[in-house]
Amino acid sequence: MDAGVPNHATAAARQVDCPSSLCMGFAETLALDGGDALPSFQIAYQVYGTLNEDKSNAILVCHALTGDQHVANEHPVTGKAGWWSLMVGPGRPIDTDRYFVICANVLGGCMGSTGPASSNPASGEPYALDLPVITVRDMVRAQARLVDELGIEKLFAVVGGSMGGMQVLQWAVSYPERVFAAIPIATAPRHTSQNIGFNEVGRQAVMADPDWCGGKYLMLGKRPAKGLAVARMAAHITYLSESALHHKFGRHLQDREALTFGFDADFQIESYLRHQGMTFVERFDANSYLYLTRAMDYFDLAKDFRGRLADAFRGATSRFCVISFSSDWLFPTAENRSIVHSLNASGANVSFVEVETDRGHDAFLLDEPELFRTVSGFLRGAARVRGLAE
Amino acid sequence: MSEMQLATMAADPDRVDLRVIAGFVSPGSRVLDVGCGDGALLKLLAQEKGVDGRGIELSQRGVNQAVAEGLSVIQGDADRDLETYPDGAFDFAILSQTLQATRNPRTVVENLLRIGRRAIVSFPNFGNWRIRSQFMVWGRMPITSNLPYSWYDTPNIHFCTIKDFLTLTGEIDATIEDAVCLYGEGKRMTQTAPWTIWNLFGEQAVFVLSRG
Repeated sequence: MDAGVPNHATAAARQVDCPSSLCMGFAETLALDGGDALPSFQIAYQVYGTLNEDKSNAILVCHALTGDQHVANEHPVTGKAGWWSLMVGPGRPIDTDRYFVICANVLGGCMGSTGPASSNPASGEPYALDLPVITVRDMVRAQARLVDELGIEKLFAVVGGSMGGMQVLQWAVSYPERVFAAIPIATAPRHTSQNIGFNEVGRQAVMADPDWCGGKYLMLGKRPAKGLAVARMAAHITYLSESALHHKFGRHLQDREALTFGFDADFQIESYLRHQGMTFVERFDANSYLYLTRAMDYFDLAKDFRGRLADAFRGATSRFCVISFSSDWLFPTAENRSIVHSLNASGANVSFVEVETDRGHDAFLLDEPELFRTVSGFLRGAARVRGLAE
Repeated sequence: MSEMQLATMAADPDRVDLRVIAGFVSPGSRVLDVGCGDGALLKLLAQEKGVDGRGIELSQRGVNQAVAEGLSVIQGDADRDLETYPDGAFDFAILSQTLQATRNPRTVVENLLRIGRRAIVSFPNFGNWRIRSQFMVWGRMPITSNLPYSWYDTPNIHFCTIKDFLTLTGEIDATIEDAVCLYGEGKRMTQTAPWTIWNLFGEQAVFVLSRG
């Protein structure tokens, strides 16, 4: 590694091939939606709690675009708490005293699961853009192989927000008999044109960085940090709400009394976004960002069912709990409600809660008591039916 | 806790209609409760009849409370969202004390009959003599323990009397399979009493309907 690259970047690079979490290697090929196949792959994951004797208490947590498997433990690169440590843990809504929780880094990610930064066994070099495009269904297919390896036939629940919610829906459609309960949060049955638009801005920012080098930056000892930071800044705005931004930052100036009449970060919001962008590039791989945003763009659950979402859910036997946030404009309540309507039309068992909050899409990661009450109440009810409750 | 809630509920004279409704529901059946509030009826039905119950409720607070207790409830509007359910999806589609708060009561009842093999509808009887006399004597919109709202902040927009409801069932070709009329402290009026007596003295009515 180049001496100029900071230590955490080296730490992140180490996680790509040799993650500090559990890791399962698969020697059999994995067929992908795009028509290609991976001859072999690996999935990095974390587990919490204890699997019961009849293996009926496993909950799979699916992470969002920039999340990873470190859902409830200290992150090996950033040293921060897990991204859902408020939700997952002893006595938490997803109670690790009662449930066995699995969280896997998605295929295409950069924390130990096979992704564009992983070494291509054919060349020994990072895959870069030689990795075939991955879809949400491919991610779920890979997770199913992991769950097989863990000897779990039927998951008690699959839970996730945003891109994680897409995986939850895909699980319920692809493997209805293997999902007892499903909790898709702040998500949609397909990525909208607006969402694809925002993702494209991010990808273009990455690819416009001269250090991206056609995707081969790792081989050349470079990193398109500026482009990725801009992508993150733009995306971050979409995760918040206008009112949350207004309350937090308004037009307040950052460490100064007056405007500079230049292009420094005069406003607090500018400095906040710059910080978000900078810390993100320390832990995330730029090509992974391209692959995962693409996976979200391609997601369309109804596509194989002549556009009829209710038909996609026709065989779904899981109990669903759909959750949305009132100020989420990236995955608005109407999108989540369309899932509920289609589940109704297919006769599925569904609950639906809209949480009142001004924190936007990001609310699913934050301290939202109503969210926690809903998840724990729904899981408790499902556990009673599953025979897991006391 | 649930035990206690049930006890309070049974003791609440205003919701005796829930007990009456539960009496009509066969054990183990599939039930949709439209306007389910905090899920009191669904809970009663789950515990006493082992039903597979679902609910729709307009108020987010009611929904969140019901879901947090493990009931399958969605936030939604009876006027809009019943359309999404397929024909014959439930054994019973229930509308308890919600008819008067819907925008299109007729469409809602027709949807209930489409979605459920039987529809159970309970509503406050606006033909009750107390209501009639309040209006006649004082010339003001009636306020009773069953209908505690002032005219300007009520969720109720389509009141009807027992006789009005009978007319509606005729217009939509619904068969009345059973009916109960409650008066006083939740007492049942005799089945043989004529509709006129029900209409004058009944405070609430519960109807079991089917199509054809």
